[in-house]
Amino acid sequence: MGPSPPSSLAGMLASIATFALVGVDSQEVTVEVDVRRGLPAFTLVGLPDAAVREARERVRAALLNSGLDFPLQRLTANLAPASMRKAGPSFDLALALGVLAASGQVPFEAASGTAVCGELSLSGALRPFRGALATALGARTAGYERLIVPAENASEAALADGLEVLAVSSLERLVDLLHGRWRPEPARPRPVRSEQGPHVPDLADVRGQADAKRALEIAAAGGHNLLMVGPPGAGKTMVARRLPGILPPPSFDEALEITRIHGVAGLGDGHLAAERPFRAPHHTISPSGLVGGGSQPRPGEITLAHRGVLFLDEVAEFSRGTLEALRQPLEDGFAEITRGQRSLTFPARTMLVAACNPCPCARPAGECHCNDVDRLRYSRRLSGPLLDRIDLVCQAAAPPAAELVDRHGGALERSSVIRERVIAARERQRHRLRGSDAYCNADMDGRLTRRHGALGSEEVQRLLGSVERGGLTGRGHDRVLRLARTIADLEGRTRISPADLEEALGYRLASPVGLAA
Amino acid sequence: MTSAGTGTACDSCLRRGYLVGRLASHIAGVMDSPHRRVTGLLALPDEKLVEAVAGGQADDALRFLEEFDAEEARAAVERAGVAAVCRHDPGYPTQLDDLEDAPRVVFTKGQGDLASMSGADPCVALVGARRASPYGLDVTRELGRGLGAAGVTVVSGLALGIDAQAHHGCLEGDGVPVAVLACGPDIPYPRTNRRLYERICERGLVIAELPPGQRAFRWSFPARNRIMAGLARVTVVVEAAEPSGSLITSDFAIQLGRPVGAVPGQVTSSRAAGSNALLKDGATFITSAEDILDELFGSERPRPRSGPDAGQIRLARSVDPVQGLLLEAVEAGAGVDGACAHTGLPVHEVRAGLSRLEASGHVSRDALGIYRRSVAR
Repeated sequence: MGPSPPSSLAGMLASIATFALVGVDSQEVTVEVDVRRGLPAFTLVGLPDAAVREARERVRAALLNSGLDFPLQRLTANLAPASMRKAGPSFDLALALGVLAASGQVPFEAASGTAVCGELSLSGALRPFRGALATALGARTAGYERLIVPAENASEAALADGLEVLAVSSLERLVDLLHGRWRPEPARPRPVRSEQGPHVPDLADVRGQADAKRALEIAAAGGHNLLMVGPPGAGKTMVARRLPGILPPPSFDEALEITRIHGVAGLGDGHLAAERPFRAPHHTISPSGLVGGGSQPRPGEITLAHRGVLFLDEVAEFSRGTLEALRQPLEDGFAEITRGQRSLTFPARTMLVAACNPCPCARPAGECHCNDVDRLRYSRRLSGPLLDRIDLVCQAAAPPAAELVDRHGGALERSSVIRERVIAARERQRHRLRGSDAYCNADMDGRLTRRHGALGSEEVQRLLGSVERGGLTGRGHDRVLRLARTIADLEGRTRISPADLEEALGYRLASPVGLAA
Repeated sequence: MTSAGTGTACDSCLRRGYLVGRLASHIAGVMDSPHRRVTGLLALPDEKLVEAVAGGQADDALRFLEEFDAEEARAAVERAGVAAVCRHDPGYPTQLDDLEDAPRVVFTKGQGDLASMSGADPCVALVGARRASPYGLDVTRELGRGLGAAGVTVVSGLALGIDAQAHHGCLEGDGVPVAVLACGPDIPYPRTNRRLYERICERGLVIAELPPGQRAFRWSFPARNRIMAGLARVTVVVEAAEPSGSLITSDFAIQLGRPVGAVPGQVTSSRAAGSNALLKDGATFITSAEDILDELFGSERPRPRSGPDAGQIRLARSVDPVQGLLLEAVEAGAGVDGACAHTGLPVHEVRAGLSRLEASGHVSRDALGIYRRSVAR
């Protein structure tokens, strides 16, 4: 609460700091409350939406039910900056505190350097709000020392260090706190959930699927986007769901980003994220559901999958417009949403795993009557924005074949073992790519690819040329080299071996055009 | 005769050609079923044909006949870059005369030589389903290539699937491709095969019964098939369902008393049911272009051209035992996991092995990366 000049004779003015969510960030909002003589009224200005306007009723009832006074005078509250639209109930606490301060029920000075955020119930109890970590980070950046939040939000908000987070359960406690009659312990973040808890499924549970597992490991090691092709029921989802378990665990900063985003979306549980997210939206999702949007823009699935995995099952069934909307975020690593006069950016660094059937009829090989034209048409549904970003295509086999594979030494490796190899491969990439703006092989542009795809160019040309008779396009060429580079990294080889390149060629995406001839 | 030049058709034949074009929609009205033959109809003389199909608009059609301006029609043919060849022209393929309803005039486009088709260079029709299997497509391409390399003209219908592969193969074998269209000769139909159409025009010939600018009708497809059967000394069906347009072509060939061959297809596949039934009925069993050449020339007689490729299907080059196992797995329709099981190899070696097989042309992949056996590429 800012130090406020105590008033002219006719009234008193208080101003309280709170924070509003803007995308996945938070922006400071100052709640000013003016109390002066006049007909009893409570006016709220500063572009409030319906939920904010209703705060007047909640604040009145909460004050009265907490044994506090609601001044029977003319109250005017302003939410500044007045040009920004305010939405949601998280301004309740700041408004209540503003009324208390302006009517002299709490001391001004007690709350300097403090921001508050929370929703009120009519009883005076505090209810949690969305985006506690984003709010706390905003408050820290804005220079506040303390943040007062409802108890349920405290552990999430406490993840922001350098900020004292105080958990308060009711308005009465808040008044006690500001009068110095009660001093709670600053909230502490909850311990990180034990790693690889039961909620992260293990690859050892998946029998067979040799090809899909291998592709998953390569994809994880190089950060490559992956397409899985297989009949319905082959276990594509089951395999994809295990990708977060073999990716390197998120660093602290990454975990903070994940937790912040999930908190904003109301998905968090207050723990610091120990694993990367896995999001699998249904194919009926709208473009704005996938990349974010709405009149008060909310993060889309691709943002919820930030630093994790976005899985698009039945990818051919997604509408063209929805897939088209993925283009910009996949290219840039963030989603840009423009609504009205402002535009917002949501982080969207994610690995994409797509899955589809081998042909439109989706029947097993023996019963399928699809011809090349049908298949071509089907594969063209994925073309364009999506296929441009996919480095690997693998097959997911139907269960009967998978059973057989187990006999042949397909030892069921645990995710943790595979993760070790992935981390080692990523470490090699990080070392090699120092000083460039790429973090992993999938980030390498054409120039970097050619520099680091260490293989005699004659040999490359011979192999590439012999497979792709029409000639591999420059882009396709780079993609295969990137993939081969990752395979070599997994094997710990400095140079790509011809076998690495051959394997990479096997996983490459054939250009769907030109098949007809 | 180079067909890019002016038409040489006589006035009455040219008028007949344009009359069929003019009556095309009326004929469509009469021929409501796609499988009814137009045999009798197209054999009728001009006035009778008008009477048979034009109904209430017969007067208009008769007036059209009276007022037909041959010079104007010749100019239109020339503008379309097309030649009109009538049965009185020495260049008209004589083997068409065996048809009782042979077209009195054909419109041609392209650099090929129509006259030579009736003489020294024998001609084979290679037809099949639009919705064909990869196997059917591969075999057709190889047959077309082998025939082309042996100097045999390959006739087909420019349709998707088998027909297109027949043309592609023939072009690859440096042969003369001939496409018979159900629309005017200046219209690349279907549009997907536009580039193929252009290549055929450069190296071979496009033939049509309907005059330039005329679209295709349902009836004009079976009518086109009779011309293919009429041009070809041997008709070969690769994959045909029952009933199908390809079987119409082979029926015409049988009526003409010309040899018919068929490539065996999977017995469990409905799209090979028609071609397999032909084999059962005594059609020649075709497993290579050589079989077709035997049918054309007998096994003793010399071929127009010979070379390493002539008549041969490029069969699998020898592979090492492990690759052989991989190939077996792909042939059996097993995926990559199936190939791992079959060979006992770890998946990264299977993937690398499949890439080597792809490089050597033994397998190919579809747009979604599913492997299949290819005859050759």
